[in-house]
Amino acid sequence: MELFATAGPALLDALALIAQPQQFAFLVLGVLLGLSVGVFPGLGGIAGLSLVLPFIFGMDPVAGLALMVGLIAVVPTSDTFASVLLGIPGSTASQATVLDGFPLSKKGEAGRALSAAFVSSLFGGLLGAMVLTAFILIARPLILAFDIPAMLAITLLGLSMVAILAGRIPLKGVVAAGMGLLLGTVGLGGAGGSPRMSTYDMPYLLDGFSLVIVGLGIFAIPEIVALLRQDRAISKSGDLGRGWLDGLRDWWRNFWLSVKCSAIGVLVGVIPGLGGSVVDWIAYGFTVQSSKDKSKFGKGDIRGVIGPESSNNAKEGGGLVPTLIFGIPGSGSMAVFLGGIALLGYDPGPHMVRNNLDITYTIVWSLALANVVGAGLCIFLANPIAKLTTIRFTLVAPFLFMVIAFAAFQSRQSLGDLAALMAVGMIGIFLRRFEFSRPAFLIGFVLSAQAEAFANQVYQIAGSRLRRGGMEGMLDYVASPLVLAILALTVISIWIGVKQGKQVLGNETPPTGTKRAPVVFMLAITAYVVATVWNASTIDYTGDKVFPLTIGIATLIGCAVLLMRMRAAPEGDALFADNEQGGEDAEAPHGLWSTLGWFAALLALSALFGFVIALAIFLVAFFRLRAQVSWARTLVLSAAGIALICVLAGTLGRDFPPGLLQEFVRLPWPLT
Amino acid sequence: MILNTTRRVAGAAAILAASTALAGTASAQVDLSGQTVEFVIPFSESGGSARWANFFAPLLSEHLPGNPTVVVRYRPGAGSTSGANWFQEQDTADGTLIFGTSGSTQFPYLLGDPRVRYEYNDWQVVLVSGTGGVAYLPTDMATMMDGLDATGLQGQEFIWGAQSATGLDLVPNLAWEMLGLDVQPVFGIEGRGDGRLMFERGEANIDYQTSSAYIRSVQPMVDGGMAVPMMSWGALDDDGNIVRDPTFPDIPSFAEVCEATPACETEGEAWDAWMTFFTAGFPAQKMIFLPGNAPQEVVDTYTTALREIIARDDFMELAAAELGVYPQMTGNAAQAAFRLGTQVSEESRSFVINWLEESYGVSLN
Repeated sequence: MELFATAGPALLDALALIAQPQQFAFLVLGVLLGLSVGVFPGLGGIAGLSLVLPFIFGMDPVAGLALMVGLIAVVPTSDTFASVLLGIPGSTASQATVLDGFPLSKKGEAGRALSAAFVSSLFGGLLGAMVLTAFILIARPLILAFDIPAMLAITLLGLSMVAILAGRIPLKGVVAAGMGLLLGTVGLGGAGGSPRMSTYDMPYLLDGFSLVIVGLGIFAIPEIVALLRQDRAISKSGDLGRGWLDGLRDWWRNFWLSVKCSAIGVLVGVIPGLGGSVVDWIAYGFTVQSSKDKSKFGKGDIRGVIGPESSNNAKEGGGLVPTLIFGIPGSGSMAVFLGGIALLGYDPGPHMVRNNLDITYTIVWSLALANVVGAGLCIFLANPIAKLTTIRFTLVAPFLFMVIAFAAFQSRQSLGDLAALMAVGMIGIFLRRFEFSRPAFLIGFVLSAQAEAFANQVYQIAGSRLRRGGMEGMLDYVASPLVLAILALTVISIWIGVKQGKQVLGNETPPTGTKRAPVVFMLAITAYVVATVWNASTIDYTGDKVFPLTIGIATLIGCAVLLMRMRAAPEGDALFADNEQGGEDAEAPHGLWSTLGWFAALLALSALFGFVIALAIFLVAFFRLRAQVSWARTLVLSAAGIALICVLAGTLGRDFPPGLLQEFVRLPWPLT
Repeated sequence: MILNTTRRVAGAAAILAASTALAGTASAQVDLSGQTVEFVIPFSESGGSARWANFFAPLLSEHLPGNPTVVVRYRPGAGSTSGANWFQEQDTADGTLIFGTSGSTQFPYLLGDPRVRYEYNDWQVVLVSGTGGVAYLPTDMATMMDGLDATGLQGQEFIWGAQSATGLDLVPNLAWEMLGLDVQPVFGIEGRGDGRLMFERGEANIDYQTSSAYIRSVQPMVDGGMAVPMMSWGALDDDGNIVRDPTFPDIPSFAEVCEATPACETEGEAWDAWMTFFTAGFPAQKMIFLPGNAPQEVVDTYTTALREIIARDDFMELAAAELGVYPQMTGNAAQAAFRLGTQVSEESRSFVINWLEESYGVSLN
C-alpha cells in the first residue's frame, strides 16, 4: 500500500519530466514517425522502432521513452486510413475495421467513418493509459491468475466469434474457419518440429504463412480487384457526403460500446502470450452480438468501426503492463521496445516499477499524450485524405498493388512472399465470390497456432497433475473458476451467434447461377482438407499430429454435409451463392481474370527483372492500356509511384524483391 | 529488411590513437572509411541475438578503422537456418559483411538437420560471446536434495516449459535425465520468459534461465523464498575444463551435482555428449563470422577492433546489463571456443539423436 502513497507524487513528477519542451518534441517526433509508418499496410511498430533504435543509445531516458512510446502508441491510430479508405488492413490490429469501414467509404461516408474511428482510438488509448497507471502496481497476481487453461479458454472465446460472423449459411462459415485453422498449421509444428503440408525441399513453407500476407490476400486483393473492375471511384456517389462532425456524434451516441470495447482491448493486452492480433476480432464480434439491429453490419454500420478501433489502441496500454512488470514482451514491437529501454540503461521488471516509478510513469504520460496528439492530427487530416475515395479508382489501384507487393515482401524477403500473396489472394477471391465468411477464415488463421500450443500444453500439464494429484488435482487445474467463467462466456457467445448470426453480413437473396462453379470450388476445398488430413496422419510426433488431424476431420465432416446439401438443394438455393452471376460483380465492365492478371503480371515481372524494373513496366503499361490516360500523365504518375516506394524503402533500409536478372547482373540500388 | 544505422564520430580521435598503439601486434589494417558494414543476423528484431548485435554495432562503428557505418540486418526464418544458408553463398571479402550466429544456428548443424546447407568450417570466426545458465527449483522440492546429491529428487515428477527438443533446451533436459530425474518438458513455448511465468504460476516445478534473465527475474524470487537455485551449467576454464560459473560463485555447477549423485557419471558417452552441446550452447553461444574468402588483414582488422572494444574501461559496465559477465573471446581464444562449439564426435551426435528419438519421439529426418 505504501506503493500507492508514492504513486500520486510519482505521477506528478513524471508529468514534470515529460512536459519539458525537448522531451515533448521527441514525443511529437515519435508520433509523426508512428503515424507515417502506420499508414503503410504491413509496416507497424517494429519497423518504426527499428528506425529509431540506433539513436536511442545515450539519449536522455525520458526523451528516449517519449520517442519510442509516441511511436508505438499511434500505429493503431493511423493504420485505420488504409483499412477504411482502401479496404486494406493497415496492420494486423485493424483487420476487423475493414468490414464496416470500407463499405462506409463506398457509401461516400469515409470522413465520418475515419473521425469516428480516430475518436474511438483516442478514447481507447486514454483508457489504456489510465488502466496502466493503476494496474502496474497491482496487476502481478492478476496476470499470474491467467494460467494456460485460462488462455486456452480465451482463445476458444475468440474462435466463438466465428458463430456470429459465419454469414448466411452457418456451416459455410464453419468450413471457412476450419480452412483458416488448417492454413495456420502449415509449416514446422510448434511442439515437435514435424513438417506439415510442407517439405524440406520447399523451405519457404516450413515457416508457415505470415499474418500480413494472409490479411492482405484475404481482404485487400479481392476488394481491390472487385473495385478495379468497376472503373469508378471508391465512393459510389463520387463525393464525401457527411463529414467528420457526424463521426464524432456517432461515437458519442455509442459511448458505452466504446467503453466496453476499450475494456476488452486492455484485458486482452494485459495477458501475456495471447498476442494482439485477435483483439479487434473479439471486439468486433462483441459489438455485433450486443447490438439490437444487426442487419447493417458488414454493409457499413458505424458501430463496426467504433468497436474494434476502441479496442486496438487500448490494447497498447494493456500490453505495456506485462512488458514492464515482468520484462516479458507481449508482441514483437514490445520486444524491440524492451531492447530500447535496456539501451537507455533501465531494466524492465518489478524493481523498475518499484525504484523508478517516476520514469515508469513517464511511459504512461507519453502514451496518453501521444494518443491525443496522434488522434488530433488524424481527425484534422481525415477529410482531406478521405478525398482519395472520390478519385477514379483505376488511377489508385496500381499504387495499391505496388504497396501490397512491397508490404508482403517484408515478411520473409523472398520471392515466395509474392507467390504466397497471389495464392492466398486467389483463395480470398473465391471465398468472396461464393460467399464463404472471410472474417471466419481469418479468425481461424489468427488463432490457429496458439490454440494448438495451449491445447497441447494443457493436455500435458493436466496429465501430470492427474498422476500426482488424482482427478481432483487435475480438475482444480483445468476447471478453475476463471476457466469456467470464460467458457460460460464462450457458450453464450456461440448461442447468440447461432441464434442471430444469419442476420449479419446480409440476408437478402444472393445471386445464383448454375450449380457447377460453387460445387467445383467446394470439391477443391474438400480435396485440400483431405490432403491435410492424410498428411497429418503420416506425422509420427503426436504433439504435431493431433491438432491438424482433429480440425481436419471436423472440417471434412462440414464439407461432406455441405456437399450433400448441395446435392439435394435446387439450383437457386442460397447454398449456391455466386457473385459472378448477379449484382455489382456481374455487371462490371472488366472481367475478373483479366483484372487479376495485371497483378499477376507485376509479380511475374518482379520474378524476372526485380521489383523496381517490373514496377516501371507495370505502371506505364497499366496507365496507358488499362486506365488509358495520356502519355504525359502516365509518365508523371509512374515516376511518382517509383519515387515514393524508393523513398520509403530507402528510409526504412528495406530491400526490394530481386529477380532472375539480378542473379546474373550486379545492379546499383534500388535496382538490386 | 531492416537497417539500423549507427555512426559515432564522438571520441573517434581518441580511439584512433588507441588503435595505433595496439596495432603494433596486428598486421596491416583495412580502412573502411565511407563504407557501410552489414551485420547480418539470422533472427528477427525481437530476440536476444538482436539485442546482442545492436549492442556491438555502435561499438564496432567506433572502433573499426575509418569508422564505417555499421547496420544490423535481420534475415529470420526456419530457426536461423535460412539466414545461415544465405551467408554460406556470400563472397563479400572486403570486410563490409559480417554474420552473427547463436546456439540455435549451431545445434541444427551439429545434429545434421536436413535444412542445414551451411558449413561452419568455411567461415572465419572473429568473436565468441559466452553466457551461462542456472537451473532452479521450488523451495519444497529443493529441500529433498541432500547437499549436492540429487538422489532425493528421483521419483518426483517434474514438468517444465521448453521451446523445442532440438534447441538449447536439450542441455538441461539431458542434464536432468543424467541425474535420474523424471522431467517432462512441455514443448512449444515461445521463449524462456514464458517458461519462467509457468514456474511462477506453479504450472512448472523446475526451470532454468540464462544468466542475465536469472539475475534479473529469478534472483528476486530466490530472495522472496519462492525458488532455490539447483545448479549452474558451469563455465569452461582456459584448458576447456568445466568449473563453477564465475558469475555465480556460490551456486554449484552441474559437474559437482553429477559427481555427488550416484546415478550420474562425469565420464562416458552421455557426459561427452552433454559437454559438447553445453559448449556449443553456452560458452560459445554467439559468434561473429567473416566469409571464408576474406583476406587475413580483414580478419586482423576485426580482431583488433573487437579486442579494443573488450578492453574499454566501460565495457564491463555496458555489457553487464546486455550480455552478463562472460568472456568475450577474440583471436586464438575465439578459435579454441569455436572448435569446441562446432565439432562433435560421431558418438556424441548419434547418442543425442537416439536419445531425442527415444525420449521425445523427435526424429531428425
